[in-house]
Amino acid sequence: MAEKVLMKGNEAIAEAAIMAGCRHFFGYPITPQTEISAYMAKRMPKIGGTFLQAESELAAINMVYGAAAAGARAMTSSSSPGIALKSEGLSFLAACDLPSVIVNIQRGGPGLGGIRPSQSDYFHATRSTGHGDFHMIVLAPNTVQEMFDLTLEAFDLADKYRMPAMILGDGMLGQVMEPVDISRGNNIKTYEKDWALTGTKGLRKRNVVNSLYLSAEELEVLNFQRFEKYKEVEKIARTENCLLEDAEVVVVAYGICARIAKNAIDTARQNGIKAGLIRPVTLWPYPKHQLKAAAEKAKAFVVVEMSMGQMIEDVELSIRCSRPVLLCNRTGGMVPTREAVLESIEKAALLKGEQNADSI
Amino acid sequence: MQIVFEKPKALSDTPTHYCPGCTHGIIHRLVAEVLDELDITGKTIGIAPVGCAVIHFNYFECDVAQAAHGRAPAVATGLKRVNPDNIVFSYQGDGDLAAIGTNETIHAAARGENITVIFVNNAIYGMTGGQMAPTTLPGQVTQTSPYGRDTKTAGFPLRMCELLATLDGTAYAERVAVDCVKNILKVKKAIKKAFQYQIEGKGFSIVEILSSCPTNWGLEPVKALEWLRQNMIPYYPLGVFKDKEVSR
Repeated sequence: MAEKVLMKGNEAIAEAAIMAGCRHFFGYPITPQTEISAYMAKRMPKIGGTFLQAESELAAINMVYGAAAAGARAMTSSSSPGIALKSEGLSFLAACDLPSVIVNIQRGGPGLGGIRPSQSDYFHATRSTGHGDFHMIVLAPNTVQEMFDLTLEAFDLADKYRMPAMILGDGMLGQVMEPVDISRGNNIKTYEKDWALTGTKGLRKRNVVNSLYLSAEELEVLNFQRFEKYKEVEKIARTENCLLEDAEVVVVAYGICARIAKNAIDTARQNGIKAGLIRPVTLWPYPKHQLKAAAEKAKAFVVVEMSMGQMIEDVELSIRCSRPVLLCNRTGGMVPTREAVLESIEKAALLKGEQNADSI
Repeated sequence: MQIVFEKPKALSDTPTHYCPGCTHGIIHRLVAEVLDELDITGKTIGIAPVGCAVIHFNYFECDVAQAAHGRAPAVATGLKRVNPDNIVFSYQGDGDLAAIGTNETIHAAARGENITVIFVNNAIYGMTGGQMAPTTLPGQVTQTSPYGRDTKTAGFPLRMCELLATLDGTAYAERVAVDCVKNILKVKKAIKKAFQYQIEGKGFSIVEILSSCPTNWGLEPVKALEWLRQNMIPYYPLGVFKDKEVSR
């Protein structure tokens, strides 16, 4: 058995990035993700890498843009209000097809909000990341081990598909300590980047990284092409399922909420309710086919999230509103309890499949 | 037939989009001549701003990254940190560098980032059609200061070279003007020095070039240069504001 290291979630992300070959990290302090910067500040100088504390989130994401344009694996991390500031850069990264990894350890909002865990940036991550037509890959870990594993995967997917990838965690996953097997970090694939800005050396035509197209015809073609690529990316959509086979009540939850939901479905089963769990691991692409398939057997759905109800829209869209969908939520930095999830499961079990949740 | 005059190799054959009488063409040429003379085009990466020079990647024969408005020094930082052997320069206007990108400019200088900034100051937003810039002179009429810049409500222009000269990370800051042949020769000398400082790893170098915008100033090209001389130079004095080598 591989040796395990006890790490905080934020540290696991930082170590995974280093093992993935990231040598350029640009940060700006914000709670509850600062451990990532602190870890990078300690490690990078010792391995010939760059840790740079930027003057702002805007500067940090644009430094990532520069480093990614140079062909390097680069990362920045922040928490909700800081991620909003990075929106400008995220749009430019997507528009220029630049691979990069962005970490959002979410906290309560809106505004300055609070520093306790939250999932209220779901819309921002999957819908309104920045201006214009684009997506980024969004991965949602639910353990410290997954903070590590999915960060490795984020760098790989970003390079493979030439697009930004986000780790969407929360303040609880960032702060909690758990044992991590880091052996996967020893097997890293690298990609050829002949588009990178490294100087022509007089041997090739100039490379240009640009997102300005004054010809609407040209820009339209490029947008269509990028969305053709996204069709390929949609194949990576995946879930972790628990007790789903015969489930009549399907709980859908990601991140820390999924761990609470796992406890709740176990208790529900003990109480005679056939409950199961779908945990989306990828939030974009959203695992809509998996949800749709589950709706064929399930009578009702329960969405557990730490927001006023954001992912619930994707669940309803995926199943075409064919089953009632209940929301079990806390917000503002509060975390749902197992009891509250159980109560929602019990309520859902009483519903008949054809009934709409709004009518009860 | 003998060729007696040709364009620098660092400039492409593409016709530029600049307005008649615009001085960007002169400045592009001077930068390209310096790239040729220092033989660094093959290892140079340019950063295009948001503004009139936004598509300079069509004109320079080096690798180029186009940056978000004002973020060129941050993008340059990322590029330079990955490949310190590359020569990285940003080419920015006054709105880009001294309004939306002031923070990036000041902090890149404060870090002593080993990059070169070509700062084209024509006291107006050109690309968007002539709005008031951070360097628009008091009383100057623009689309958004139609009664002349009133310093009571719109404040005062920024003197960027003076400001940046106070920072320890700034290796070289000089203000020059493209108003006449004599001064244009000085512009070339300053640009060359700025690139040389980067090659020698001395830190942040900036050349502020007072330049004209005949279209948005509403003046004929020659009269625009006269206006520059009579109005801009008194407010923005020419000269070296910081030279690490000399002050040592």
